[in-house]
Amino acid sequence: MKRSLFGRLWPNVTAVVLFIGFVFPVYWMFATAFKPTGDIISEDPVWFPTDVTFEHFKRATGVDHFWTYVSNSLIVTLCAVTLALVVALAGSFALARMRFKGRRGFVIGFMMAQMAPWEVMIIAMYMIVRDASMLNSLVPLTVFYMMMILPFTILTLRGFVAAVPRDLEEAAMVDGCTRAQAFRKVILPLLAPGLMSTSLFGFITAWNEFPLVLVLNKEAEAQTLPLWLSSFQTAFGNDWGATMAASSLFAIPILILFVFLQRRAVSGLTAGAVKG
Amino acid sequence: MTVQTERPPSGPVDAVDKAESGSAGPRPRAAARAGALTPYLLLLPACAATVLLLGWPLVKDILLSFQNLNMAQLIQHVTEWNGIDNYKEVLTGEDFWRVTLRSILFTAVNVALTMVLGALVGLLLARLGRRMRVMLLVGLVLAWAMPVVAATTVYQWLFAQRFGVVNWVLDKLGWHSMADYSWTSSQMSTFFVVTVLIVWQSIPFVAINLYAATTTIPGELYEAAALDGAGAWKSFTTVTLPFLRPFLYATTFLEIIWIFKAFVQVFTINGGGPDRLTEILPVYAYIEGVGNQHYGMGAAIAVLTILILLGLTAYYLRIVLKQEEEEV
Repeated sequence: MKRSLFGRLWPNVTAVVLFIGFVFPVYWMFATAFKPTGDIISEDPVWFPTDVTFEHFKRATGVDHFWTYVSNSLIVTLCAVTLALVVALAGSFALARMRFKGRRGFVIGFMMAQMAPWEVMIIAMYMIVRDASMLNSLVPLTVFYMMMILPFTILTLRGFVAAVPRDLEEAAMVDGCTRAQAFRKVILPLLAPGLMSTSLFGFITAWNEFPLVLVLNKEAEAQTLPLWLSSFQTAFGNDWGATMAASSLFAIPILILFVFLQRRAVSGLTAGAVKG
Repeated sequence: MTVQTERPPSGPVDAVDKAESGSAGPRPRAAARAGALTPYLLLLPACAATVLLLGWPLVKDILLSFQNLNMAQLIQHVTEWNGIDNYKEVLTGEDFWRVTLRSILFTAVNVALTMVLGALVGLLLARLGRRMRVMLLVGLVLAWAMPVVAATTVYQWLFAQRFGVVNWVLDKLGWHSMADYSWTSSQMSTFFVVTVLIVWQSIPFVAINLYAATTTIPGELYEAAALDGAGAWKSFTTVTLPFLRPFLYATTFLEIIWIFKAFVQVFTINGGGPDRLTEILPVYAYIEGVGNQHYGMGAAIAVLTILILLGLTAYYLRIVLKQEEEEV
């Protein structure tokens, strides 16, 4: 069945237009970050920067406490993801491989927990943390971030654990492994891709979190990168070069991780979850 | 971040489990009992964390909503119960209802746009050749991966009053009054920017998931439809659409939840302004509670917001829970 020229052309033309629409804001962020200020504040936009400057990055990272924000963000995010993985791995193994009373209840409970409206609960979380005299500390942030990504991690890992053929585990146990050994030596290596893509999404969630740290940590020593980024407009006025440089720096780790793991992540998501 | 609401891969697991527990007969009773406890022990850390870190804030929120808690009480660490006064004040005031209506309209418009455009892009992906598809997927993934705070900042720059690209393009297209337009100066234009931002970031999830779903449709179904004389449109409505329905339900449901609580986008674009006219419920709860330091009021608004969210998603939630009960 041959399609007409128009029939073959319009999907491709639409795809190109859409591609430009989706990529342009990201492109514009990087382009502005590298453009000299004169090109940024010009009456007609300079679409393709010819002079490249790192001036804006210098200003953006020259802010007081910048490296504190970086290390705070990294510490909080990595600890939260690691904790969530460890806790979730145990739970997801039970949910995927064992039969016990109330399993259905646990699954439903985690599904509900996954939809928790964290943005709305910040007042209560503020009170709890304040009553414990833990404001301006990284510990509450870490444990709450861990909780934000935990239900998702459990439910996704459950899919990955269930996908590991049971025969392999049994073969290991026949060969004399205990169940724990079989888990460590057989299932865990096979789970690596699942762990990677799951932790990727946990990482993104924790890295981006904004409302909670906004309320809990008012002191610069305990703040994270999202606050540094969002405070730019107020602090720098219309310094779009520095603001876009800051945005670029904040987005780069996530974009790299995401594009790098995209295929695995998407197939993991769909394999673990979207089964109609 | 996922459509984790559908059926999980289970299946033969249960049968094997039964066989295993049957062969465990000769084991001593104590060991068997310990074995029966294992799943609960494995789940214990996760459950403890959930109760402590999610359950407690929820309960605390409800408790706070029955307290008179303002700056003075906060500093002096006193607890003043005031019954349902907060709720009375919130529910009889005009503001809450206006913000609620605004939130629901905001969610409806954004979800509708995201779902329709996302589904169209998903179907387009299925139609494209390999090279074009990969290109479009890369674009989608980039937009999807952009951290929300960074994306919001970029949109502020795109829509900036001076030197913003959008105003320049509108001016060049002949709409000269837009040359120096301030997008954050009015309610509708602020919402417009927020909507473009949210839809831009939400389409990729819908499109990519839907595209992944179309690849699982067996080709024979289309052949059978073609043999029955179905045209392109007919085979779309009789094969594609019924097959995709569960995905569409699931993604719509998730988008409603995500967009309803789109705190970061609305808050960072313009702080709920101008004149508090773009506050949606989560932002309203934050500004009343933390901003104006009426913590008890804020907590009451938060509780009501959660109830509204539950109401909006109740129908789908019921389907999911029922499905889960049948399948687990």
